Amino acid sequence: MSQTQHFETSAAGSPDKVAEFDYKASFGKRIQNALHDTPSLVPMVVLFVSIAIFGLLLGAKFFSPFALTLILQQVAIVGIVGAAQSLVILTAGIDLSVGAIMVLSSVVMGQFTFRYGLPVEFSILCGLGVGTLVGFVNGWLVAFIKLPPFIVTLGMWQIALAINFLYSANETIRSQEIDEVAPLLHFFGETVKIGGAVFTFGAIFMVLLVLLLAYVLRQTAWGRHVYAVGDDPEAAELSGVNVKRMLISVYMLSGLICGFAGWAMIGRIGSVSPTSGQLSNIESITAVVIGGISLFGGRGSIMGMLFGALIVGVFTLGLRLLGADAQWTYLLIGVLIIGAVAVDQWIRKVSG
Amino acid sequence: MDQKGIGLMEPILKGRNLVKRFGRVTALDNCDFDLMPGEILAVIGDNGAGKSTLIKAVSGALIPDEGEIFLEGEQVKFQSPIDAREEGIETVYQTLAMSPALSIADNMFMGREIRKPGWRGKYLRQLDRKAMETMSRDKLNELGLMTIQNINQAVETLSGGQRQGVAVARAAAFGSKVIILDEPTAALGVKESRKVLELILDVKSRGIPIILISHNMPHVFEVADRIHVHRLGKRLCVIDPKDYTMSDAVAFMTGAKEPPAEAA
Ligand SMILES: Nc1ncnc2c1ncn2[C@@H]1O[C@H](COP(=O)(O)OP(=O)(O)OP(=O)(O)O)[C@@H](O)[C@H]1O
Ligand SMILES: [Mg+2]
Repeated sequence: MSQTQHFETSAAGSPDKVAEFDYKASFGKRIQNALHDTPSLVPMVVLFVSIAIFGLLLGAKFFSPFALTLILQQVAIVGIVGAAQSLVILTAGIDLSVGAIMVLSSVVMGQFTFRYGLPVEFSILCGLGVGTLVGFVNGWLVAFIKLPPFIVTLGMWQIALAINFLYSANETIRSQEIDEVAPLLHFFGETVKIGGAVFTFGAIFMVLLVLLLAYVLRQTAWGRHVYAVGDDPEAAELSGVNVKRMLISVYMLSGLICGFAGWAMIGRIGSVSPTSGQLSNIESITAVVIGGISLFGGRGSIMGMLFGALIVGVFTLGLRLLGADAQWTYLLIGVLIIGAVAVDQWIRKVSG
Repeated sequence: MDQKGIGLMEPILKGRNLVKRFGRVTALDNCDFDLMPGEILAVIGDNGAGKSTLIKAVSGALIPDEGEIFLEGEQVKFQSPIDAREEGIETVYQTLAMSPALSIADNMFMGREIRKPGWRGKYLRQLDRKAMETMSRDKLNELGLMTIQNINQAVETLSGGQRQGVAVARAAAFGSKVIILDEPTAALGVKESRKVLELILDVKSRGIPIILISHNMPHVFEVADRIHVHRLGKRLCVIDPKDYTMSDAVAFMTGAKEPPAEAA
């Protein structure tokens, strides 16, 4: 057998370093690599450039602490729901039921307080619990019954919305009543003013939530596993990740965050209304996609989602202040979505 | 001592009457399997003979339809690869099982991450990246995979052979009872294959038995203590590489020649 190995001896004296040729990357290639490592770079640049452009066009009307914090207030709900959406999309799933869970949670918080006269703290806990429970059902169907997330959450969207209408009997709880009986429901609508800047608790909560999740996703084992599952669930399972438990925990957390979004929404719109928040699922997916998170899972950062949500907010307010037709906003957002996905495809080519 | 060199020793890992069906394909057909303490057992067989299915059954990656598995004489029922890993069985799967977008260090420590010491690890559950990077780099250096420049490189930016090297290093670093390698040198260059063979012998000298699946007969005959010949979903025979030639082994595994009665 040994004679068959002789050819190997000729490699014995070779230098130990291989393929360390002088690597002169082209400019485009270097950008591609940077984006591969930091996927939130594009939305960040787009955000600052668009703020700068609208600032130049509109001057102090736009470039004021008031207007800029107004944007933050306006994207608070989308940002919170987008955080939930980001988690699910990172696992290569999608959650179409986020908006419906949010509304259902807010209705539970309101009705439990007003219809049954339960303490408001308890009602809020129940609302958060309902959100988590719906998330659990989603996760269980995805992880154990192995149904596609798109189908599961498409169905859950309808189910949660229908329960919401049936249960609330399509009844709105007015803002005034809430202020009198259960002001805690308006907690996220309260504000802190610093000079001209106005921060709602909802906006602050949104930013803190995103920062917390960014930490968890980067710095904890759970976070690394979210990426691994989104990347290649089979490989994750073989290399020691409990994929089913991971998926269920992600959908439950998503549901819980949507519950908080429901609470924050009461603060934002004042009343508890079963017809609110209908566009949240699409808006959250838009923020995620513009934020550079890959719909194929496993790539992107939640900070990107925040930038994505803010970009939409900047365009919306900026164009409105310019007096442009609102359709221009939609048109530009459409362009951004397609552009973001094109960039995502290009970044992926680093490995190909 | 009998011909297989088993003697009176108990196998460290033993399979009996293992059956696994995929629809109408029977991948394992009442297969028996024995791994002795401290040995290198090669498993050879044609493509589709069921070698990978066999090692997946003993490493928890799939649950056999029938049959029993014993680890150190005790029956085990692995429900997942995590169960097998907790018993000290490490596997390099043929597909390598890596997350392409994650870094080398992330992949090496997937599912067994090290947390920072003190309150940051305990309450904030923060990972100790430094420690994991250092350990990963050391393990890869041992394997002579110096070509990897950056331990934080995403695995997808590595060549196929480098990926295989990382997977082997991962198994060698953590396996405490049994190490299973499913075609670990398939994508490797001459020098890198040699490193892996050296690593296999090194692991053996630490007293840890190895299951090596390979189509490379020179490699198999060089390192194996015994050769398990797999054919049509079961163990055809076990031969001692000192008593048979490579052509004999190939003839048995392809069915060109009947195995000797005493080896069956
Ligand atoms: N997940 C699966 N689903 C369906 N059939 C499978 C699956 N895994 C293996 N098989 C079938 O089981 C048989 C054995 O496959 P296995 O991968 O164990 O072969 P192998 O001996 O490892 O082959 P190779 O040398 O090509 O790696 C094949 O006929 C294959 O088609
Ligand atoms: Mg195989």
